[in-house]
Amino acid sequence: MRKRHTPKDRLITAALHVALAAGLFFAAFPIYWMLNSSFKSNTEIFALPPTILPKAFTLEAYAAILGDPVKLRFFFNSYFVAGAVTVLTVVIALLAAYGFSRFNFRGKGSLNTLIISTQTIPPITLLIPFFGLVVSYGIFDTYVALILTYLVFTLPYAILLMTGYLNTLPRDLDEAVAVDGGTSWTALWRVIVPISLPGIVATSVYTFLLCWNEFLFALTLTKSTSMRTVPIGIQLLMGQHAFEWNQMMAMSVLGSLPLLLIYLVAQRYFLAGMTAGSVK
Amino acid sequence: MTRQKRSHHKLKRAVAPYLYLTPSLLIIGLLMLLPMVTVIAYSFQNSAVLRRDPSFAGLKHYQAIFDDPVFWASLWHTLYFTCMSVIFHMTIGMVFALMLNNDRINPTLRNILRVLYILPWLFTAVIIAVIWRLLLEPNGVVNSILMQIGIIGSKVEWFSSPETALHAVTFANIWAGYPLFMVSLLAGLQGIPKDFYEAADIDGAKAYQKLIFITIPQLMPIIISISLLDFIWTMQVFPLIWITTGGGPIYSTEVLSTYTYKLAFSSYNLSQASASAVVILLISLGLTLFYIRYQKAR
Repeated sequence: MRKRHTPKDRLITAALHVALAAGLFFAAFPIYWMLNSSFKSNTEIFALPPTILPKAFTLEAYAAILGDPVKLRFFFNSYFVAGAVTVLTVVIALLAAYGFSRFNFRGKGSLNTLIISTQTIPPITLLIPFFGLVVSYGIFDTYVALILTYLVFTLPYAILLMTGYLNTLPRDLDEAVAVDGGTSWTALWRVIVPISLPGIVATSVYTFLLCWNEFLFALTLTKSTSMRTVPIGIQLLMGQHAFEWNQMMAMSVLGSLPLLLIYLVAQRYFLAGMTAGSVK
Repeated sequence: MTRQKRSHHKLKRAVAPYLYLTPSLLIIGLLMLLPMVTVIAYSFQNSAVLRRDPSFAGLKHYQAIFDDPVFWASLWHTLYFTCMSVIFHMTIGMVFALMLNNDRINPTLRNILRVLYILPWLFTAVIIAVIWRLLLEPNGVVNSILMQIGIIGSKVEWFSSPETALHAVTFANIWAGYPLFMVSLLAGLQGIPKDFYEAADIDGAKAYQKLIFITIPQLMPIIISISLLDFIWTMQVFPLIWITTGGGPIYSTEVLSTYTYKLAFSSYNLSQASASAVVILLISLGLTLFYIRYQKAR
């Protein structure tokens, strides 16, 4: 065991804690400042010297956001699109993952490589053909345009994530179903799905996050205010009013809530989803 | 089981995987591979998308891009932005991971700090951009603090002066992206067998020697693969720059993605934008091949 009480040792421990505090300031101050500003009036935000706590605590910025149907619509759109893409992605990825995990077939290796490499395709490259396609099929400025294009980016990683999870499940389970004369389809729904919940949750969390954060496609493939999502809504807020910073911060806080909640409730799945592809 | 039944079963097993993969392959084929071919075709056409019967343009649009000084400036900014981001993501992620992994901290504090250090990761690029615009406003809190300490004499317009804008967006991106490294390295640190350190202790190794000869070599595979992924993803960053500076002032923060976007949707020169998008695609594909080969070699 290491000795803990020499003066040198205490000095190192103290220095470590100072460094930890500096790290905390670096990581958390910007977020604290967003929260702090969202509870101020717009005039107090640029008061000199800046106020570390709101001098006149107010919820007016939140009231302004939540009382405005246009802004509530941004939130509805974000939840709706992210929710729809998540459901579709999980179902489609589960089927593909089952194929990858439980069968050997010609072309499996190259398909797997194809799926890994599609993860890094730049969104800006696909944006221009998507724009052409979406306009020519008459789905510009619709949910369908967003849902279809988001799927392309959520699917590859979701397939890898689900395949990784299914590979950890013992094969005897579905073989037992086969012995009883059941098809692989019955095995999938009766046996695999019920025990795959952790994998499904991790995939859903990851997919939802990706959609919730998406900016480029939402910016380009929608046009009317009623079709905009939260990230675009925040950008619109910047242009519209001559910088209502408190409202922008309140909307940012509200726009971050889903991710914060998911992180706090399902930390394990969140981290599994965010790092699985890169660590393995 | 009769023979007929068994062969029927075999056939089913042979066809089944393709059926399970059909929906995914349709989506990837129609919405990813086909558009990739389309964008390449666009880049060789005059007035792509805008005209029904575009004429063949040859390499004209590529020529136009390579003759454009803004393109080269964007490429340089992208490189600077990406390299600095990856280097600092790695350094900060490593320092934080090592600090959190140190057994001098009490476990409760460690758990609280681990959650707080991940915070920047939980925010959308647009929100990160808005937060940093607020912080770095000329009348904002950062200028106010820096002036009080005496580091700067007068208010700096971080995002709107050409000398500081690129550094400012890079800094914001560094802040936003280090947690991926931190989390991955922390997981990696916990996977290093304890005996390695015990053996080193017996040999009388100092802390820095253990870091250089055990910890870093053990983490190398993670460092390399995350750096490659981070490089590929950072190269494609759009919203952070779009919202903070929009590529300005005077192109000083123009990167390949904003350059391409403006060509396409401000100038409506979709052919030339496609050529630029193909260049970005080629760079990404090159890096991706490298990444896949590295992953397979491991």
